[in-house]
Amino acid sequence: MDMSPESKNIVSLIQMRSGQSGVVVGIAGGFGAACRLENMGIRPGKKITKVSGAFLRGPVTVRVGNTQAGIGFGLASKVMVELHK
Amino acid sequence: MKKVLLMGNPNVGKSAFFSRLTGVHVITSNYPGTTVEFTRGHMLVGGKKAEVIDVPGTYTLEPTCKAEEVACEMFKEATREAIKEGDIIINVVDATNLERNLYLTLELMEQRIPVIVALNMWDDTKHRGIHIDVEKLSKWLDVPVVPTVAVTGEGFVKLIAEVHKARTPRVRHHTRQERWEDIGRVVKEVQWIEHRHHTFWERIQDLTVKPRTGLPIAALVAYLAFKVIRFIGEGLIGYVFEPLFENFYTPLIMKLSLLLGSAGFWHDVLVGKLIKGGVDYMQSFGLLTTGIFVPIGVVLPYVLSFYLVLGALEDSGYLPRLAVLMDNLMHRIGLHGFAIVPTLLGFGCNVPGILATRILESKRERFIASTLISIGVPCAALQAMIIGVLGKYGGGPVALVYLVLFLTWVTLGFVLNKLLPGFSPELLLEIPPYRFPPLRILSRKVWWRAKGFLREALPIVLMGVLIVNLLYALGIFDFIANFSAPVVTGLLGLPREAVAAIVIGFLRKDVAVGMFTPLDLSVKQLIIGCVVLSMFFPCIATFIVLIKEIGWKDMLKAAGIMIATSILVGSLLNLLL
Repeated sequence: MDMSPESKNIVSLIQMRSGQSGVVVGIAGGFGAACRLENMGIRPGKKITKVSGAFLRGPVTVRVGNTQAGIGFGLASKVMVELHK
Repeated sequence: MKKVLLMGNPNVGKSAFFSRLTGVHVITSNYPGTTVEFTRGHMLVGGKKAEVIDVPGTYTLEPTCKAEEVACEMFKEATREAIKEGDIIINVVDATNLERNLYLTLELMEQRIPVIVALNMWDDTKHRGIHIDVEKLSKWLDVPVVPTVAVTGEGFVKLIAEVHKARTPRVRHHTRQERWEDIGRVVKEVQWIEHRHHTFWERIQDLTVKPRTGLPIAALVAYLAFKVIRFIGEGLIGYVFEPLFENFYTPLIMKLSLLLGSAGFWHDVLVGKLIKGGVDYMQSFGLLTTGIFVPIGVVLPYVLSFYLVLGALEDSGYLPRLAVLMDNLMHRIGLHGFAIVPTLLGFGCNVPGILATRILESKRERFIASTLISIGVPCAALQAMIIGVLGKYGGGPVALVYLVLFLTWVTLGFVLNKLLPGFSPELLLEIPPYRFPPLRILSRKVWWRAKGFLREALPIVLMGVLIVNLLYALGIFDFIANFSAPVVTGLLGLPREAVAAIVIGFLRKDVAVGMFTPLDLSVKQLIIGCVVLSMFFPCIATFIVLIKEIGWKDMLKAAGIMIATSILVGSLLNLLL
């Protein structure tokens, strides 16, 4: 994962804490994964809030706009989010 | 206009919308993917009848998962005709999720079929502080836009009046990127959202999905669901069905029995054996006694109460949350969380459960899910009978049967996941907000499903009872009993005659459990019998659906697994108990 100084604020959904929010900056996965996430409204530029997550590599729940979605662990690790300061 | 295609994202209330338009009852649920087949109905447009087709929900016309593939295929099929014949599309949009929903709208507008947009769930926008300028949206899209509330019917008069104004905007083909950019622009212009703090209700929603609080809540929900189902089921039996049978039906049957001379072939087939000079509905085994009593007096009350509780869970929006919570466990058995939905449906009847596995992504998942449902998920009819014969020994034996089935379900899933090549895909599931189950829809659904049960089950139960009588009369059961005695008596510790029940289990499992009653089995034998019967082989209806859904070859594989597992588990129980 890219952890260079200028991208310090960018983490995956897995690394976010519950209740934290940020802006989606990219999806580090194939086209298929990106499309599926886009259809749920999870795409670059959108504000995202983590509701709960990743207990024993379980799924993460997020809120984007008025949609709440459950995302499997692997897929969630591909969603990169820039945290609000 | 020939046809009206109803299209929209999953979970926008499209099925409720359809039944509102056409008056045809569709099973609606507050989770995505309920509709896996075309549903057709009719509506009146300007005094003329038009066919309405409910196309399964999809986020896009370029499928990204299995459920969408189904919808897209149907859509393509329908559009081919539609372009020729001048049909129209009603695009049902969730007004509270305008941005996400508009993607499909834009795709539809590129199809050269007239479109009209229904902004459904309009009432919800008000509580959520969402303001949408309908006129501006309509102008921008260049198609009519009508706000609607499918559950109450608000806006439908206007919608139907406007249907003929549906129009084809001249839109060229866009790329994904362009569509999202367009949507961003239009949403900014037509929608304004009040900033609101988390409501109390939203906090509750979050609690039920966070593992630490959600898992205990899920356990509590499951416990309460079971308690309520039993309470209502037993209540119906004790206060409604048993009195009805005792006061009205039994006297009739006794008269018939006298009329037939209290014995003889026809008496035995119709009324069955008299026990202590009267009919015993569980033991007499006549067509008009046991054959009527089992489906109506024992099973129907539980079917009613099960579907009432399941319907409430479906419409409240709890199931997708359960799917998220269970995702972890389900991944270990080769499925993902959403497979919990077909599994729960299986507790009503395995047939709709197995049909619902269509929403799963891969062949491998469907195989695992169908096999596990057939083995570890007893249908309502079977459960009613298990409670009926074991309930009198207290809660322990009944709980033991469930525990054994659950452990088998988990273990077998774990083994299948290890043995079968492939992996289970990732969960990605929209979680709808909680809604209060609309009682009108709930009661209709229960009624519809109960009617379905009677129509499907009653004839097979009667046939089952008839065949039992014939096979006994012809001595065929004796032959099978001798033949299978080493397994049944040796390994499972059941009397030879119990094999007759296991054979009849292929027809109907509730009838089969009923056949244990005259055998005077011990509690241990009853437990083993119920477990083996649950797992051994699917009933004929499930069997046919399995062949259709997973094919002959996989069906044979599944059947092998079922027989081996049931003998193994039954023998273990015989040793351990």
